[in-house]
Amino acid sequence: MSSGKAEVVSARGIVKAFPSAAGPVAVLNGVDLALRGGESLAVTGESGSGKSTLLHLIGGLDVTDGGALAVLGTDLRTADDRARAALRRERIGMIFQQFNLIPSLTVAANLAFQARLAGRHDPARVAALAGALGLSQLMGRYPEQLSGGQQQRVAIGRALAGQPPLVLADEPTGNLDEATGDAVAALMLDLVRQQDTTLVLVTHSLRLAALCDRQVHLHAGRLA
Amino acid sequence: MTGRARLVLAALMSHWRRRPLQLAMLLAGIMLATALWSGVQAVNAEARASYAEAADRLGTGTLDRLEPAPGAVLTTADFVALRRAGWIVSPLVEGRLRAGEGRVALLGIEPATRVALGPAEGGAVAEGDLLAFITPPGLGFADAEVIRELEGADLGGLTVAPREGLPPDTLVVDVGIAQRLLNLGERLTALVVAPEQPPGLAPLEQVAPHLLRKAPQDRADPEALTGSFHLNLTAFALLSFIVGLFITQSAVGLAFEQRRQVVRTLRALGVPLAEVLGVMAAELAILALVAGLAGILLGWAVAAALMPGVAATLSGLYGAEVSGALALRPVWVLSGLGMALAGAGLAGARGLLRTARMPLLAAGQARPWAVAAARGLRRQVLGAGALALALPLCLAWGGLVGGFAALACGLLAAALLLPVVLDAGLRWLAGRVRGVLAQWFVADTRQQSGGLSLALMALMLALAANIGVGTMVGSFRSTFLGWLDQRLVAELYVNARTEPEARAIRDWLAPQVDAILPIWSAEVPLRGQPGRVFGVVDHPTYRDHWPILRARPGAWNEVARGTGVLVNEQLFRRAGLSLGDSLDLPGGALPVVGVYSDYGNPSPQAIIGQDLFDARFPEAPRLNQAVRVDPDRAAALAEALRDRFDLPGSAVTDQAQVKAVSLRIFERTFSVTAALNVLTLGVAGIALLTGLLTLASMRLPQLAPVWAAGLTRRRLARLELARTLALAAATALYAVPVGLGLAWMLLAVINVEAFGWRLPMQISPELIARLGVAALATALAAGALPALRLARITPSQLLRVFADER
Ligand SMILES: Nc1ncnc2c1ncn2[C@@H]1O[C@H](COP(=O)(O)OP(=O)(O)OP(=O)(O)O)[C@@H](O)[C@H]1O
Ligand SMILES: [Mg+2]
Repeated sequence: MSSGKAEVVSARGIVKAFPSAAGPVAVLNGVDLALRGGESLAVTGESGSGKSTLLHLIGGLDVTDGGALAVLGTDLRTADDRARAALRRERIGMIFQQFNLIPSLTVAANLAFQARLAGRHDPARVAALAGALGLSQLMGRYPEQLSGGQQQRVAIGRALAGQPPLVLADEPTGNLDEATGDAVAALMLDLVRQQDTTLVLVTHSLRLAALCDRQVHLHAGRLA
Repeated sequence: MTGRARLVLAALMSHWRRRPLQLAMLLAGIMLATALWSGVQAVNAEARASYAEAADRLGTGTLDRLEPAPGAVLTTADFVALRRAGWIVSPLVEGRLRAGEGRVALLGIEPATRVALGPAEGGAVAEGDLLAFITPPGLGFADAEVIRELEGADLGGLTVAPREGLPPDTLVVDVGIAQRLLNLGERLTALVVAPEQPPGLAPLEQVAPHLLRKAPQDRADPEALTGSFHLNLTAFALLSFIVGLFITQSAVGLAFEQRRQVVRTLRALGVPLAEVLGVMAAELAILALVAGLAGILLGWAVAAALMPGVAATLSGLYGAEVSGALALRPVWVLSGLGMALAGAGLAGARGLLRTARMPLLAAGQARPWAVAAARGLRRQVLGAGALALALPLCLAWGGLVGGFAALACGLLAAALLLPVVLDAGLRWLAGRVRGVLAQWFVADTRQQSGGLSLALMALMLALAANIGVGTMVGSFRSTFLGWLDQRLVAELYVNARTEPEARAIRDWLAPQVDAILPIWSAEVPLRGQPGRVFGVVDHPTYRDHWPILRARPGAWNEVARGTGVLVNEQLFRRAGLSLGDSLDLPGGALPVVGVYSDYGNPSPQAIIGQDLFDARFPEAPRLNQAVRVDPDRAAALAEALRDRFDLPGSAVTDQAQVKAVSLRIFERTFSVTAALNVLTLGVAGIALLTGLLTLASMRLPQLAPVWAAGLTRRRLARLELARTLALAAATALYAVPVGLGLAWMLLAVINVEAFGWRLPMQISPELIARLGVAALATALAAGALPALRLARITPSQLLRVFADER
């Protein structure tokens, strides 16, 4: 399932501002980024520097105020809500800082959820993923019956189950203790590499960032 | 539904699997609301259908009629012209026929056109009899008693055959035969109008401008009290439904609130917003249909249980026959489902709208509670203000619709203001309590009351509805009984069947009793409406007891002299009369010298002196009389009368007996109302329970620090219960003036619009006290489970609050 060396993310001069009491505040101020298939990119930066904002824009969860942004061949400047939803559903796996599982569904149902949404459910693959993530014994539990690290492993499994060409992870281990966080992150990187998936990983941890192919730093609204 | 939509629906619905109690509350809310609505509808529909059947046996009771305008005549030519113009009408002749010594009512109908008016009349004339019926000398139908009376009368060769199920004292013949028997020539009394007319008809003003169309209520009709009862039940049903809506609103709103995060996740995973909204709407519709169907069945069961009581109430009081069996009618099944869907839709609309507007990405911190709540309160004050402004407009608009609209405005305004008033009260209290625990308690109650406000509004509306309807029924009862006391002063009322019999009865009674008072009347148009004029003799019975509302001094003297007329309240109000105005009567106008109350009768009525009556209405039947006699002798005399003249039991009425029957009937009315009261309060209780359970889960972060600071869980639970009771008590207090206002609207606005009479309001402290206790009991029942849960909560659950803190 390699997506070749075509550009998966192509951003040029992205601008994003948020309204505030004292007028709009620019968060991203001309971000350029090009990402090839199979690459893994770590984004670091101070708190409030706009890392999550950038990730949300790439994932089509939010829209840019200016600049050009294309993800997996979809021009996000022109795509409507429906098209952006389709892009996320079919081709992107997302992992958030807060685990964002559906609390009323079991681990098994949560794991398979996005793959089923995309119409690509493969029980054997879900079982293999669960095994690799160490979740096989927990399949019948509900999210609230899991520890933080276990929940984050479910979220990673959900993002990867549909084998999307692009995975976006926003501080996936930020809520975990260091040891657990490292273990979970290593697992995620492993799985992503096996699938030849492109990864954008937002993290505070320089150790984690070092494991990625490339590292960029977000500062004053630009990447460096 | 696509596979994806099904997956989304399953994900949303899985919420309920984890929260079965909440689902139960939601379903119970819709179900009870629908049950109350459709139960009352069922009772009403069934009772109405039964009258309609009785009245329609000859097709006159519930159909509109065309009658000649004052001074005009209606002839067969008009009938022909209307039929040519496409109108579906059937002619009618009504009159009285001298039969030997007495008179019987003569009803002329036209069987061919009559059939088109509805199925009930098809059987009036069997097909085999048709030719004989319409061809002179004709065939008539009457019950056996009438046939006996008609023996020897000159009917121009008419054959009279016995037939059951006809109106009493009536001979039914073909319309042409009736015209001949009454020497009317081509004249008709009225044309009965089919309810369904072909489209594009030429208007009446064009075809027959001299005719007036009259709805059945415009005519004398014994159903007015029944109608009042129905109207009140309907108002009650509507109020109950609103109370039910509040539960649905809180449960649905909660479900939307709790699933905001899931909706975000779904959208982040690539489900388009439109699809999420569509699936949520579908989910709501499915739940509403399931709960609505269950509600209809429950309502039907409740109605079936109440039905014997209701049937007895109606037939006893108003003489209407109501069959005790209840049929599941498609109309109210559909209306029930419609209400369930509409209610759920109304409740869900806000949630859907908020979901649609919700940004995909969490917009940072939620507003601090106090700010959001204050904004909500301000908006509620504005809403209440707007409604309060609309209220007088609705009243000014007038009519029954205006009255009901004003009622709705007033109630909603009161409901919206409740949280504002509670909050103000708590703020006031906060500045006055001492002690850290008391201060925390008040502050925490203030915060809680925001989350409970919907439930408290539901409780308030339920209580207000109960106070309103209870006060109205109570006022109705005492006024009506008081009026009966005045109106039925005489010990016995005797109705003779024929005039000679009436004379014989009077002669026989005269030496044994204190007085015999004739009750003779004639049908007369009063201010353009069919009404009735009575003659009364000058007697203390009237002077001392008649329920006069307002009169000129010496009014009875004027009536006795024949220089004044008394009118009933209906006529007085509808015609906008004042004392001294003159009222047109056959034989000359008279000044109005007084007004009397006349409940249970929608049509105008007037009273003149007996001498004047005799002079002006020599043809009026002289059959009925009241008898004054020592009350102890009344029962024996009644028995003797029945024996002596072989009178049917109903011909001699013992006043004490009438009152006893009326009282019993009112007690039954009360028991129906009480059953509905319990149901409405139950609905409010469930609303409260839903609210409390909801808050319980969200409140842990507020309670955990207090627990950690050293309050036991039992103590916290007791405080929670105390809080619920205090809020319920405050709500009950608030509900009292609202309920009394509602009662006033029902008595002084709705009743006047619907029936023309106004009932004086009688406040029952006992009713209010009982409802206050019921409110506390409801709150106790609703608060017990959440309090128990809190008392039993595990420390680890409380500790999680701290662990989850970030
Ligand atoms: N919906 C929003 N409305 C207004 N301002 C926002 C919104 N989302 C983000 N911001 C602002 O944009 C800036 C960047 O936020 P962002 O969440 O992207 O930072 P971040 O780099 O992810 O920080 P952290 O490391 O703490 O997660 C912040 O100043 C934040 O307050
Ligand atoms: Mg962030």
